Amino acid sequence: MTADGVPLKIKLRRAERMRKVWALALIAPLFVFLLITFIYPIAELLTLSVQEPAFVETLPETTPMLEEWDGRGYPPDETIASFAREIAQAREDRTLGAVARRMNYDISGYRSLIMKTSKKIAESLSLPDDQMLDAFIDIDRRWEDTAYWAPLKTATPPLTDYYLLWAVDHTRDVDGNIVSVDDNRKIYLEVLWRTVEISIFVTLICFFLGLPISYLLATLPTSKSNLLLILLLLPFWTSLLVRTTAWLVLLQSEGLVNDFGLWVGLWSEPLELIRNRLGVYIAMVHILLPFMALPMFSVMKGINPWHMRAALSLGATPLAAFMKVYLPQCLPGIGAGCLLVFILSLGYYITPALVGGPDDQMLSYFIVSNTNQTLNWGLAAALSVILLAMTLVMFLMYNKLVGVDKLKLG
Amino acid sequence: MTRLWKTTMAALGGVAVIGLAGTGPAAAEDTITVASWGGAYSMSQREAYYKPAAKEINLTILEDEWTGTIPEIRVQVETGEYKWHVIDSEGGTILAACDEGLAHEFDYEQFGGRDGFLPNAALDCGVGTISWATIYAYDGDVYTDPASAPTSVDDFFDVEKFPGKRGLYANGFGHTMQMALIADGVPAAELANYMNDNPQEAIERAFAKLDSIKDHVIYWDSGAMAPQLLADGEVVMTTAWNGRIYNAVVEEGKNFKIVWDGQGIDYDYWMIPAGHPETDLGLKFIEYASRPDVMARQSQYISYGPTTYAAGELINPDIAQHLPTAPQNTGNAYWVDTVWWGDHVEELTERFNVWRSQ
Repeated sequence: MTADGVPLKIKLRRAERMRKVWALALIAPLFVFLLITFIYPIAELLTLSVQEPAFVETLPETTPMLEEWDGRGYPPDETIASFAREIAQAREDRTLGAVARRMNYDISGYRSLIMKTSKKIAESLSLPDDQMLDAFIDIDRRWEDTAYWAPLKTATPPLTDYYLLWAVDHTRDVDGNIVSVDDNRKIYLEVLWRTVEISIFVTLICFFLGLPISYLLATLPTSKSNLLLILLLLPFWTSLLVRTTAWLVLLQSEGLVNDFGLWVGLWSEPLELIRNRLGVYIAMVHILLPFMALPMFSVMKGINPWHMRAALSLGATPLAAFMKVYLPQCLPGIGAGCLLVFILSLGYYITPALVGGPDDQMLSYFIVSNTNQTLNWGLAAALSVILLAMTLVMFLMYNKLVGVDKLKLG
Repeated sequence: MTRLWKTTMAALGGVAVIGLAGTGPAAAEDTITVASWGGAYSMSQREAYYKPAAKEINLTILEDEWTGTIPEIRVQVETGEYKWHVIDSEGGTILAACDEGLAHEFDYEQFGGRDGFLPNAALDCGVGTISWATIYAYDGDVYTDPASAPTSVDDFFDVEKFPGKRGLYANGFGHTMQMALIADGVPAAELANYMNDNPQEAIERAFAKLDSIKDHVIYWDSGAMAPQLLADGEVVMTTAWNGRIYNAVVEEGKNFKIVWDGQGIDYDYWMIPAGHPETDLGLKFIEYASRPDVMARQSQYISYGPTTYAAGELINPDIAQHLPTAPQNTGNAYWVDTVWWGDHVEELTERFNVWRSQ
C-alpha cells in the first residue's frame, strides 16, 4: 500500500501504461504518415494483380450471363444480344477501352475488333436475339470463329489469377486447367531466376570483398581507419545514377579501362566490359559494398581483441581462432550486411538498365515497363507481388536462421 | 480504383496546382497550359507558336512537361482537376486515350477538313503537329569513303559487308520490325497492307530477319543515347530519331550521316483531355497552330516537318531537305499505322523482350 491507498502493483501498472501510451503517441504521426503515403498505396496497387473490375463495371448485365455459359461454341443468343447492347452503350459512355485492352491480351487485334464492332452494332440493336450473331459476323468475319468468343468467359470474373499466372509464364485453357504459355511468351520465370541469381552473386562478392575491408577498418588505429572509412563513405554518398554513368564511361569499348589496357598492351582489342553480366556485377558490387562493409565493421569494432589473444595463447592456430572465436561474434554484422545487400539487389533497376545487356534486366525492369509503357497494371502488380513475396521469404528465412533481434546495422 | 484513392490523388493534385499557381502569373481567361516534351523540341514550339500566339491571337501559353503516359491524363479526367488544356502526344497514346474516353474528339471542319493532312496525321482525338522519322545514321568519320558507306536499309542488316555493332531502340519494337521487313524485301509502300493482311507472317518474318543481327546489337532507350553511342564509337550505325542526329550535326559538329531509306514517319499530335471546361481555348490554340504559315515556322528551329500539305509548301528548301517528309527523302518511306500497332503492341513488346533476352 502506498500513501494514497492504491497498491504499488497497480500504480506501477498505471505508470507503465502511461509510458506505453506516450510512446505510441510519439510514433503515431510516423505511423499515420507511413500508412497514408506508403502502406495504403502499395496495398491498393497490389490488389490490381487479382482484380479485373473492367467487365463488371462496363458490362454489368452480360458479365453474369457469360459466367453461366460453359465457354464452348457460341454464347447463348440472349447473351450475345446483351453483349451487343452493352458494348454499344459503353462506346457512347466511352468506357469500352479497358475491356478492349484486356481482351487484346488474349488475342492481338481484339482491341480494334471490339471498338469497330461497338460502333456498327448500334444499328442492329433492334434485331431479334437469334439474329444478333449474324449481325456480328456481318460486321467482321472474325466473330464467326468461336476462338473470339471463348476468351470473354475467362476474362469476366472480377477476381482473377490471370495476372499472377501470367507472371510465372502460365495461363488457363478453355477448361480452366493451368497450362504453360508458348515459348514465344516465356520470359518471367527466367527473369525471376535471373534476379535471384544476380542478387546471390552480388551478395557473395560483396561479402568476400567486404570482410577484409571491415576487418582492416576495425583493427587499424582510429586515425588511419577514419581515413579509410571516408574512402568507403565518399562513393556511398554519391548519387547512384552518377556512379552508374561513371562506370559506363570507364568500361565502354573506347572507355578509360579499355584504352589503358590497349596502351599498356594487356590486351590487343577492346574487351567487352559493359552491357553484359560482368558490367552489372562490377557496378552493383561497387554501389552495394558499403552496405555490406559498414554493418560488419560496426560489429567487429565491438569485439574484444583479448578473445583472439586468449584463443591463440591456449594453443589454437590463427585460422582456427579466427573461425571459432572471431567469426561467430561477427555473425550479426555479416547477417545484416548480407540481408541488406541481397534485398537491395532484388529491387535493382537503374544499374542493370544502364550497364547490362537485354539478358541482364531484372524483375523491376519489367515492372516499370508494364507500368509505364504497355500500361498492363495487372501484370505489373502481379510481378510486384512476386518481388515482395521473395523479399519477405528472405527476411523470414533470415529470422529463422540468425534471428532478426541479432541484426545490427551499425 | 476506389473513390478514396481518387479523392486522395485529387487532393494531392490540387495541392500541387495551388503550389504552382502561387509562383506563376495569375490565371486569366485567355491563359492555357500546354504539356510537351521539353528540351530543344519545347524551345521550337515556344518560338513558333507560344510567343507569337500571345500577340496574334491574344492567348497566353504556359508550358509544362510530361512523360507521355496515359495515367497522367487519366488522373486529370477522372478527378476533374485539369492541369493541361492541350497535350502534345504520340499516336499510340492518343489512340488508347481515345478508346478509354480520355480525349476530346475533334471536328475537322475547324481545321479545314482531314484531306489537308498527311496520311494518318488526322486522328479522331489527335491533330498532327509535327512529322518525325525513325531513321538510321552512321558516322561519316568511320566510313570516310562515300562510295563504300551504307546507303540502304539492307546495309544495316548486312554484318558481313559492314562489320560492327548496331544500335536499336530498346523500348519500342515498331520501327525495328518494319525496317526488318523492308530489308527483307517488302516495299515500303506495301508495308501497311502486308502487315494488315498477314500479321502473324509479318511478325515471324521480321524476327527471322532480326536474328541475322542479333549478336551485333546494342540497345538505346532514350533519344539522346543513340547519337551518344555513335559518338563514343560503341556502334557503327544506329537507328535514331532524325531530329537528334540533326542536332548532333548542327550543334556538336558531328559528321553523322542519315540514311533516308526505309524510314518510318511518325507524328506528334495535339490532344485535349476529355471534358475540359475550357476546351474552346484549347481548340483555339490548335486551330492557330495548324494554320499553314504558323506550322511552317517550327522547322526553322528543329528538323521536324509539318503535318499538312499546305504548310509543307511554305518551307524554305534549305531546311526542307533535312525534313523526314521532303520528297527526296520519302522515296522508300512508310507511314506508321497506329491502329495496327494498337492491336499488336502488347504481343510484340512481350515477344521482343523474350527475343532480346534469349
